[in-house]
Amino acid sequence: MSHAPAALETTATGIDNRKLLMWLFLASETLLFGSLIAAYLLYRGQSVVGPYPEELFDIPFTSVSAFVLLMSSVTMVLALAAIQRGDQRGLRIWLFTTALLGMLFISGQAFEFTEFNREGLSLSSNLFGTTFFVLTGFHGAHVTVGVLVLLSLLVMALRGRLTRSQSMNVELVGLYWHFVDVVWIAIFTLVYLIQP
Amino acid sequence: MTLAESRGIKRPPEHEADARQAGGRAHPGPLEYTRIGLILAVITAVEVGAFYMDIAQWALVSILVVLSAVKFSLVVMWFMHLRFDSRLFSGLLVGGLMLAAALFVVVLSTLGGGLT
Repeated sequence: MSHAPAALETTATGIDNRKLLMWLFLASETLLFGSLIAAYLLYRGQSVVGPYPEELFDIPFTSVSAFVLLMSSVTMVLALAAIQRGDQRGLRIWLFTTALLGMLFISGQAFEFTEFNREGLSLSSNLFGTTFFVLTGFHGAHVTVGVLVLLSLLVMALRGRLTRSQSMNVELVGLYWHFVDVVWIAIFTLVYLIQP
Repeated sequence: MTLAESRGIKRPPEHEADARQAGGRAHPGPLEYTRIGLILAVITAVEVGAFYMDIAQWALVSILVVLSAVKFSLVVMWFMHLRFDSRLFSGLLVGGLMLAAALFVVVLSTLGGGLT
């Protein structure tokens, strides 16, 4: 009995069920992050004690972080293109680069959180601290999960267990990764660049 | 024997099935992805440049919102393949975005807050 990948099974809609499920998940995630961003905007400028965002934000630093995450989306889609044409070496290189850029982003966020905390900002210090840490913390957690899944894919690829016929696995992880990137596009603009 | 084979259903070649879903077109290649990446990098640089320009708040907000919407669209259309895949996926994302937008409007209009 052969074990063909599920990606090639025919479905009633003609669409891979896992891909449909991933899009449903991402649609629900849109609402989750929409709620968190709305909460941040609602309470923006309402803090009665400091520290305030304009005293803490380091725009050049965050711009580099945003650029790093954006470029990780490019390397992710290049990994997908590599596996779809059967290029195993390209797949490994681009998966590794994507995971590395993701870790770089998380490191930057950890550094930023540490600096903010040193300046006196915590989850309970004021409304800015609460809404900022919850929003960016949730996003950072999503990036961390993405990096772990990318590293799992990389291990599979290095062991030769990620073949061209399983490219749907890379595409699904890619969809999640790009979603995390577009959420940061919104956060970078609405939280960091647009200040009251 | 797979389920599809038992039903006598013929499959497309693997590489075509990977890149092309039902109702969709083939995905672009590395060159086009790189070109989109460069455009995204340039837009990010323009965003940061606009932040440091001495312009009215409403103008800055308008520029930044438009630029981030363009970046968002480029990523979902090309990298997430909404431009090439089934329209059902676009419907799901737009549905989620519309619900999020409705939430924004209701929360910010009833409780206060905003962009400027």
